[in-house]
Amino acid sequence: MAFVSQAVDRVFKMNVEMMGLQLLLPEIFVLTMACIVLVLDLFLHDRNRVVTYGLSQLTLFGALALVIALADGDSHTAMFGTYVADPMASLAKAFVMLVVFAVFLYSKDYLRQRDLFKGEYYVLGLFGVLGMMVMISAHSYLTLYLGLELLSLSLYAMVAFHRDSGVASEAAMKYFVLGALASGMLLYGMSLIYGITGSLNIAEVAASIGAMAELELALIFALSFVVLGLAFKLGAVPFHMWIPDVYHGAPTCVTLFIGSAPKIAAFAMAMRLLAESLGGVQADWGGMLAILAVLSLAVGNVIAIAQANLKRMLAYSTISHVGFLLLGILSGTVEGYASALFYAITYAIMAAAAFGMIILLSRTGFEADTLEDFKGLNARSPWHAFLMLLVMFSMAGVPPTVGFYAKLAVIQAVVGVDLLWLALVAVFFSIIGAFYYLRVVKLMYFDEPLDSQPLEYGTDMHVAISVNGLAILLLGLFPGALMSACMAAMGL
Amino acid sequence: MTFEKFIFYVFAAILVFAAVRVITVRNPVHAALHLVLAFFTTAGLWLLLEAEFLAITLVLVYVGAVMVLFLFVIMMLDVNVAPLKEGFARYLPVALPVAILMLVEMVLVVGSHYFSDERMPAPERHGADYSNTRELGSVLYTDYVYPFEIAAVILLVAIVAAISLTLRRRPDTKYLNPADQVKVRREDRVRVIKMDSESRE
Repeated sequence: MAFVSQAVDRVFKMNVEMMGLQLLLPEIFVLTMACIVLVLDLFLHDRNRVVTYGLSQLTLFGALALVIALADGDSHTAMFGTYVADPMASLAKAFVMLVVFAVFLYSKDYLRQRDLFKGEYYVLGLFGVLGMMVMISAHSYLTLYLGLELLSLSLYAMVAFHRDSGVASEAAMKYFVLGALASGMLLYGMSLIYGITGSLNIAEVAASIGAMAELELALIFALSFVVLGLAFKLGAVPFHMWIPDVYHGAPTCVTLFIGSAPKIAAFAMAMRLLAESLGGVQADWGGMLAILAVLSLAVGNVIAIAQANLKRMLAYSTISHVGFLLLGILSGTVEGYASALFYAITYAIMAAAAFGMIILLSRTGFEADTLEDFKGLNARSPWHAFLMLLVMFSMAGVPPTVGFYAKLAVIQAVVGVDLLWLALVAVFFSIIGAFYYLRVVKLMYFDEPLDSQPLEYGTDMHVAISVNGLAILLLGLFPGALMSACMAAMGL
Repeated sequence: MTFEKFIFYVFAAILVFAAVRVITVRNPVHAALHLVLAFFTTAGLWLLLEAEFLAITLVLVYVGAVMVLFLFVIMMLDVNVAPLKEGFARYLPVALPVAILMLVEMVLVVGSHYFSDERMPAPERHGADYSNTRELGSVLYTDYVYPFEIAAVILLVAIVAAISLTLRRRPDTKYLNPADQVKVRREDRVRVIKMDSESRE
């Protein structure tokens, strides 16, 4: 018997080491826990639903601990080269966990007030987190695509989750159809690259392009499909049409989920696809991204001014922030990538706080999603008005909040590669954009409140949103630690 | 022309014909049946490429299961086809040139040059003892085990999403619990009342 168990032990150990399973521990943990939560939730009575919530939060916490424990500052591939664990993956995953933790916390009361406090939201959310982790750690086009689909499929279902709402169903339908189209474009580009280079592995594709004597026209053709698919998923102009409708139509807690953590995963996907595998044609995709970035900055900032609905306004603001994100990537330097990663992380934190504030002001049977609802917030709750002020200042890029530093780093990277005109365009549209952020501040501090009902929130919500708001300020005052972590993630 | 080439062209012609019919016939049931024909012919082409496992799977899964379900859905939905065809003739003058232009552009860029015979030589033929199924199985659970597992998770999410979006507990359905029915006693259902007989008066 001892012999058998020894042999089993040895085979198991060999397998684990050969496939690098220990590197996948965070993913395996999240998947296992998601399945446990899914089954356990079936046996729970509605009044005990909080167990589902607690277990989901515990899962994120455990996964965060595993990600941190496994981060050793080196790059390892596993699962026959389809998975990579590198510093960028660890940093991005850690922040995905943190942001989703806040998202789940904010959503709890909102869902309960609307009789939507069901296990599906958390189960689908956990599967979405798994999809993001797979995307972030993808080292093959196949895993990248599958991770993206896993995330998207969870998001489609979450948008349609409030079944009695017509707007939500419409948003889900639009999101699903356009998302499927974008996935098709991305897949078409990937398959062409496979045809040209003969590999799906990111390192092998990069090596194959590097070995080409002259660049092929077909490669640029494939690249344009890849960029198009990416732009759709990121929501860059002119592929942004779905963003306002989906952000507006989805229940606010789902908008909160879509608008925050997936941006970090989308950045990682852009990095894996463009910088790591197609770095050899940087000159070509740099030009394409420049057009997308300028258009996103212009359209996002200008149209946001006309919005009376805060969710729609934040949707257009997302589009303009995507423009900044693209600026960082298109510079093609390590500093640029690091600044874009910094931007993606801080944007996710800001978006979580902004949508969290809408949830905080909402109550049973009332959605605080128009600008009017924020009128005179200072008179009703000075502390929450101050937190919202921090969020708006940060999104506008006013020092000393973190948004200022993020924009500065991106602009520095763009100036560093002698694209001064792009930097000027970015600054110009940021100034236009400051108008609609500051309008919210003006409404909160200088207008009379229309709504005199006291705010309803739990202690956990109060603490979380305060931490989230203050993080924006603290990261702005001391950006060094996160910035150097981003630099280290890019191997600097 | 070798016999193999002859078979290829026959199958290819049938495939193109079936594919065009799928989108041009008016009756959705006919369209579905043409799609079955297209799948079946594709399976034949894959057999020529020595991909016998995939060919059989295509017939079993798509023709045998997916298309049958599809036909059921079409018959149950009773789709009104007339509005779907509206505007076809009106948009054709614009749509057709655009489609042709895109096709020409794609041919110009991708062209035959990049995927020609000398750049992409035909793979060697395998012997009769070569098992396509075994080869697929050996890479599916080794090299591609990670994507394979993620695909399984995607299917799980699809199931969860579909159920959570469509399952409705309706309070007005008349649902009977068999266990309760079995346990019923005579006393629960029938009440025997003693009544005194009344006189005729």
